[in-house]
Order: sequence, then C-alpha cells, then structure tokens
Amino acid sequence: MTETTSAPRVLPRFLSAGDTALVVEFGETVDPVVNRRVMQLGDAARAAEIPGLVDLVPTFRSLLVHYDPLVTSRGAVEASLRGLLSDRDSEAKEGRLWEFPTLYGSEFGPDLEDVAKRTSLTPERVVELHAGTDYKVYMMGFMPGLAYLGIIPKELELPRRSEPRVRVPAGSVSIAINLTNVYSDESPGGWHLLGRTPVRLFDLQRDPPILLAAGDRVRFRSVAKDAYDDLAERVKSGDTSFHPVDAGESA
Amino acid sequence: MNALRVVSAGFAPTLQDFGRPHVQNLGVPPSGALDTTALRIANALVGNPADTAAIELRVIGPTLEVASDAVRVALVGTSATLEIMGERRVEAPSHQSIRLTRGRRFRIGGLSDTGVAYLAVEGGFAIEPVYASLSTYVRARIGGVDGRALRDGDALPLRVERAEERAERRCTDLSWRRENGPIRVILGPQDDHFTADSLEAFFSGEYTVTREADRMGMRLDGPVLKHARGHDIVSDGIVTGAIQVPGNGRPIVLLADHQTTGGYPKLGAVISADVPRLGRMKPGDALRFAAVSVEQAEAARRVLEERTARAIEWFGSAEPWLDEDALYGRNLVSGIVGSTESVP
Repeated sequence: MTETTSAPRVLPRFLSAGDTALVVEFGETVDPVVNRRVMQLGDAARAAEIPGLVDLVPTFRSLLVHYDPLVTSRGAVEASLRGLLSDRDSEAKEGRLWEFPTLYGSEFGPDLEDVAKRTSLTPERVVELHAGTDYKVYMMGFMPGLAYLGIIPKELELPRRSEPRVRVPAGSVSIAINLTNVYSDESPGGWHLLGRTPVRLFDLQRDPPILLAAGDRVRFRSVAKDAYDDLAERVKSGDTSFHPVDAGESA
Repeated sequence: MNALRVVSAGFAPTLQDFGRPHVQNLGVPPSGALDTTALRIANALVGNPADTAAIELRVIGPTLEVASDAVRVALVGTSATLEIMGERRVEAPSHQSIRLTRGRRFRIGGLSDTGVAYLAVEGGFAIEPVYASLSTYVRARIGGVDGRALRDGDALPLRVERAEERAERRCTDLSWRRENGPIRVILGPQDDHFTADSLEAFFSGEYTVTREADRMGMRLDGPVLKHARGHDIVSDGIVTGAIQVPGNGRPIVLLADHQTTGGYPKLGAVISADVPRLGRMKPGDALRFAAVSVEQAEAARRVLEERTARAIEWFGSAEPWLDEDALYGRNLVSGIVGSTESVP
C-alpha cells in the first residue's frame, strides 16, 4: 500500500471486543505519536458517519469502536475503518484549550511538599513545571468526566502513592507516572495531589454536564487564595459555567 | 401528581432502560437493564416502546401504592408474584399485564429464581433523562430518581394519569428464560496475555457466581488463570460482557455499570446474545464458557431478537384483575383468579 508520509507506518491491529465492538490498537504504551493516530482515526470515523456506530472511545493507545450488530457487522465496520486508515496523513484536529485556575499546596495540594522532596525540587519549582506545560487529553475514563492528561515534565515523574487515599475531593489536581488529571468527582485515588481547581468537570445541572473531551488541551494557572475563593464562591452559588480560552477546530 | 408511591423499597431497586452507551467516550458507563430481553417483554405487555425505563428489581422487590387514577403494570423475569394487598391476599402471576386503581397497594417479595426482574408501568415515568436515558448509575449519581436507588417514601411520577381498561396480555412463551447452554465468549482483545493452559482451563472448567456481584460486574470462583505477560496493561476500552482478569487470576465479568476503560487484561467478551443471561444469574449459580467466532455471535444475536419478537407476537390474553369488592360481591375469588390466588 502507498503512504504519503515519509516515516514507515506500522498498521494497527484489529482486535475483537465481543460482537458489539472492536479495538483498533496502535501500540501498547503511553506515547504521543500512538495517541495522535488513535485520535486521527477517531476524528475520521466520526466524520464518516459509519452506519450503526454507537460510540468511539479513544484511549492512550487504541480506539474502541462500539457498534450495533443488528444494524451492521464486524466485517462492515472493520472495512470502513481500514478505508479511513489508508488515506491519512493529516494532523489531528486541534482540540479546545482550557485554562484551569489552580490553588497549589497547603490543604488543597497536600502532597506538594512530598513531591518536591521526592523529586529534589522546591515546591515553587514543582508548581512552575506543572503549570508551565500544556497538556493534551489522552483519554477519558475511570469516572464520568475524568481526563487523563499528558505528558508531564520528566522531572515530576513518580509512581502512584503506595497507599491510595479513600477520599480525594473533586477538583483535585494530581500527578502520577507521566500523567496529570483533575478528579471530576470525589473518589478514592492513588495519585499525588498538588492543588485544587474550583472548576467543576462534571456537573449534571450544567449543559453539557461534562467539560472535557479526548483531544482537548489543558493548562493549569497558579492562582492565589483570593482568586480561588472568588471562583469557588461562584461555583458554590450554582454558576458552574466555564469556557475554553480557545475553541479549537470545531468538528 | 400521578405517581407510583414507594411504600417500602426492598433491595435498592433502580430505574433502567437501554442505558447511554453513546457517551462512553466521556467516561460515562453505559448502564441500562441487566436483562434487556425481560425489559422488552415487560414493556410490550403494558404497551410501551421497548426502551422505556422500568423498575429493575434485585433480591427483594418493593411494596408500591397506586397514587393515580389507574396504572397498568407487568412483572417480568421471575416466577415471583405480584401480591395485591387488601383484606384478602390475592396474588397475580408475573408475565402478564394488570390494571390497578388508585389506593391499591401491591408487593413483590423475594426473587429467589433470578438475579434480576422488571416491573414496567404503562407510559413510563415523567423524569428528565440524563444523556438521553433514565438509567440509574448510582456511583456518579446519574439518572433515575436523583441518581440513586429508590427508597421508602419516593413518589415516581407517571406519564399516564389513567391507564384505560383493555384486554390484559400474557407472555406464554417463556423459553427465553430457560436457556442453559454454556455462556458464549469471543476471545480478545488480550487473550494473548494468558497461558495456553489457562485458556484451556477457562473453557473446560466450571465457574460459580460469587457474592461479589452487582450491576458493575460479577466475580467468579473457579479455575484460577495465569497471565503470560503480566497483569497490567496500558488502559484500553471496555465492553459490557468483558471478562477481565486481575493479578489474582480470578475472572470478573463486567456488566452494564462497568467503567469505560481499564487496565487489566481481558481474555474475551461474552456475546451480546448471552449478556441478558448473565444478568439473570445470582450468587451460587454455576456457569461454563464456550468460545465462538464473531460470525456465530452475530447469528446468535439475530436468533435472540427473533425469539424475543416471537414471544411478544404470541402474547395471549390474561384474566383481568377485578377489584376486591367485585370479587367478594360475586363470591368468585377462587373461580376467577384460580390457581394464582392463595387464601390465607
């Protein structure tokens, strides 16, 4: 087959996930290039409006394609997807850019000091590194609205906590391995908590309830307690609206 | 307000329809009925579209009271009866529609013969959907009544104020409940993460549903499986019916409330035609697995759809429930309700 890109491209593997879905696997690691291919195929499949498609779930390294087996079949869906693969050499769409005001440290980021100690950095430097990088939403998962963001600066990489917390508050900004996230709701969690944002990633009273989507871009802005409190107060009073600083290339 | 009042909830019943499988890309579990075949039949008996939300019952059913002019309900998926409360105890059988008037209380007792059953109500519930579904996902407080299971004192608002009198229907073909062959599985996407011996053991051995079983999934007891390439993978997507195997080698079959992504290797996935059977299982039930191809699974699914459609097409007529006054007045209690009535 012919490829217009210069680098040789390894074809993805098509794997079974029952009779209502299939997996298109581009790799087995967390890797920006692998994830970009996942996103490209996801964008193309959405645009192609393949009959019988129920949902497309991009993950770090694969695209899970849910379909209705009474409308289509594994064979037909796989053929459509293969067709979309062959003429790809476009960049993934630039997703929306979000900026989350974040209060680092103190009781809002109870692991900041510990992370600094374990990475031999000052807390100030940890914040500078974490807030100084633009991240991409590699995938959504774990709970409604939770985004896995990557990739954090190498200096901040740490394994997950050996003892997960039973309760991590919603809005907690955390890191583990080479990723960062914001807890969309209170839950148990084993990541290191650096700070907290008052922005609600998941709110059923808002339309749409879930803020982020795979492919979006996120940056954190370190704010002082006053600014945090102002926004937290607004959210508490019921106004959970929040908008991206850049709308990206809309679908 | 027209409502069905929850006098006593029983074991945490939830509202479920066909779920919200189209927002898994946002991390929202699909949810929905564990046994969609039973839900379809229950809805058909009361004249609803197949995907109307019904009350999903597990373990012990609720006691409900009619707080509208008249409701039509149908209990499907269990041989437990609908006990109509009054001076005398009258039991209406499951798998048929029944019309009950204002003030009438009825109770569904223990469900000893199934993991799950449905009570459908004509017209369904007047509740705002979340992502186009009324299905309850308790962990994130989505759907149903305030995102939670029903509890004592709830009033479920009804879309129909007065169910009109008509001939009642009965589902006579219950063969869909009795399928008992092995649960069919398509291998993948990570079957290559297991040793050949383990795959052999999985398909030749017998498993038992443990007590760790809920709407999210069920943990199985049986042959312990060995990973060939470690038990952590970089997270990928999950489907309903996926069989994931964590480090301890004990398989977990994931059901409607499963997380959308996960980091354990998945040996295979139960085919969609057999997922409703999983929902019917309860702790202690034994099961075996058999590997099939995608094409066989697609054919099996069509067979299930045809059988369900036929069961609905073949609905017979059911005896109407006459109110107690009428029954006493005519002194026909045993004559009319016959074997379905038990006199205390």
